[in-house]
Amino acid sequence: MSDSAVFMGDPDDRGRFGEFGGRFVPEALMPACLELEAAFREAWHDQAFVEEYRTVLREFAGRPTPVTPLTRLGDHLGLRIYAKREDLAHTGSHKINNVIGQTLLTKRMGKRRVIAETGAGQHGVATATAAARLGLECTVFMGEVDTERQILNVFRMELLGSRVVPVTSGSRTLKDAVNEAMREWVTCVSDTHYCIGSVMGPHPFPWIVREFQSIIGHEAAQQLKAFGVDAPDVVIACVGGGSNAAGVFAGFANSPSRLVGIEAAGGSAVGSGSPGVLHGMHSLLMQDEFGQIEEAHSISAGLDYPGIGPEHAHLAELGRAEYHAIGDEDVIPALRLLSEKEGIIPALETAHAVAWMAQEAGRAIPTGSTVLLNLSGRGDKDVAQVQAILRTQS
Amino acid sequence: MKSLERELRELRDSGRKLLVPYFMGGLTDSWTDYVAAAVLAGADAVEIGIPFSDPMMDGPVIQEAALRALSRGTTLESICDDLTRLETTVPLIAMTYYNIVLHYGLERAAGKFAASGISGAIIPDLPLEETAPWIAACDGADVATVLLVAPSTPEERLDRLAATTQGFAYASARMAVTGKSEGGGDGERVVRSIRRTSHVPALIGIGIATPDQARDAAAASDGVIVGSAVVQVILDGGDASHIETFIRTFRSAID
Repeated sequence: MSDSAVFMGDPDDRGRFGEFGGRFVPEALMPACLELEAAFREAWHDQAFVEEYRTVLREFAGRPTPVTPLTRLGDHLGLRIYAKREDLAHTGSHKINNVIGQTLLTKRMGKRRVIAETGAGQHGVATATAAARLGLECTVFMGEVDTERQILNVFRMELLGSRVVPVTSGSRTLKDAVNEAMREWVTCVSDTHYCIGSVMGPHPFPWIVREFQSIIGHEAAQQLKAFGVDAPDVVIACVGGGSNAAGVFAGFANSPSRLVGIEAAGGSAVGSGSPGVLHGMHSLLMQDEFGQIEEAHSISAGLDYPGIGPEHAHLAELGRAEYHAIGDEDVIPALRLLSEKEGIIPALETAHAVAWMAQEAGRAIPTGSTVLLNLSGRGDKDVAQVQAILRTQS
Repeated sequence: MKSLERELRELRDSGRKLLVPYFMGGLTDSWTDYVAAAVLAGADAVEIGIPFSDPMMDGPVIQEAALRALSRGTTLESICDDLTRLETTVPLIAMTYYNIVLHYGLERAAGKFAASGISGAIIPDLPLEETAPWIAACDGADVATVLLVAPSTPEERLDRLAATTQGFAYASARMAVTGKSEGGGDGERVVRSIRRTSHVPALIGIGIATPDQARDAAAASDGVIVGSAVVQVILDGGDASHIETFIRTFRSAID
């Protein structure tokens, strides 16, 4: 790795980040992928579009989200910790940044409807929210197992005027919801945009979603200056597909900061995966020796994904970002730690990043380090589950 | 020219409409009996599905067949080994997803196909832009890369697809995954577009579920591919004789 290298630049014209990425989709979807790429390139260079995107995020979604110094937790761990508060964005997580961008793009392309996949329901709720705001029809595909685990989020989407389709194929979780959304997209691609929820899928999605999420990192870099921090020693984010991590990393990729992504141990594509092709992308995947995709298992539905975005696979290969895994057993203590020390109940996904920070303080993170934690989502959606787990433990 | 294309062109030029049924490899212990029965009933080539856990281009019937085959421990290799024991006179065409051949090794998979009597491959998640490594891997083996053409394919792109596909052009009749068969479909229009620039055999698939649909599609093309409807017979417990009868109804409809 050379100091002059530019990290997290645009993918090449075949949609590759290094060897990862690409467009492994049926011919029927290729024209739509090409159309989307052209529309995004044009829109992202159009000052009026960028201004509209920023205005909606400011007036509707509560941006900029603050950076909060976590002093009590920092004293406890011997670190200087700052949290980027995506939990305070509308709908409770960073997901809104991406869906505002993609729904504006949907309208710009003259399409009237969006479809989306969702695991825990955060991306589904965000998409339903943006669709309602912009007057688009919205259908969300959600694994049947997840519709049962996250029944309130199903109701939220319905309140917002969206239709939720329980997916009964395969393992009936997030990866199957993606399959089903892709199958649906083939049938309605002329008037419908597939609003993918993470930095995954066929080109140009991983790039588009990273660009719409990069506002997290760019805001944080500016905000940290007010605290006298040019570049934190470490930037930490949880990773399922990897959109919040990509968003915050984008602000620091060409700074000296260490970039750390935390996967769930049961969904660890970098830690225990290998290169393969799924959902339109060449990336790192959990799979068996024959190339059959394995099911991820995590306490947090949002990290229950057997792959990772191709740009993360590339950053891991380059050594520019490092990825570690946290097991289910360490997640609830981390959630309680942040709740009790700072008055912030994080999402279970985010709690993985908190857990690694707490575990490695004074070890992989030297005492006295400055840390930026991307607080990707709030824990309201998870409190019933946490309560049930704590009851069985007591 | 790959031998698959030579054989299909000869049949087509003799005035015969091509009938290509699909079977999921490894679906039952004696799955190759279905293939033999289909050949007996007049199939001109047979598609062999190699199951993948996440078949993005397939509807519920083939998804179900893939899961059943996988739960029996089916692999690319076990299917190829089963096929080497099958004596058949018609071309066999593998249909699978890219991760399966990528994981096996592209050149190794092409060689294994050729050694098992498979002379073509359809990999639906490998569009024109991504297909070069697979085509190169098949250079040394006599395995044709069959590309799909969709109703959404614009003309300029269609010309490149028609020029690149080997064996035949797979004309999707519908903007849908396998198994959707409502309505008339766009197959005829897609085939007409292919024929503007190419003489490659053009077969219509996606949504050919009944002999009547097969008759109409074959009249407008060089033949038909019948997938989910055939697999459904087997999922419903049909044996090789049921398959033979079923395929004969399609044969007589298109002749």
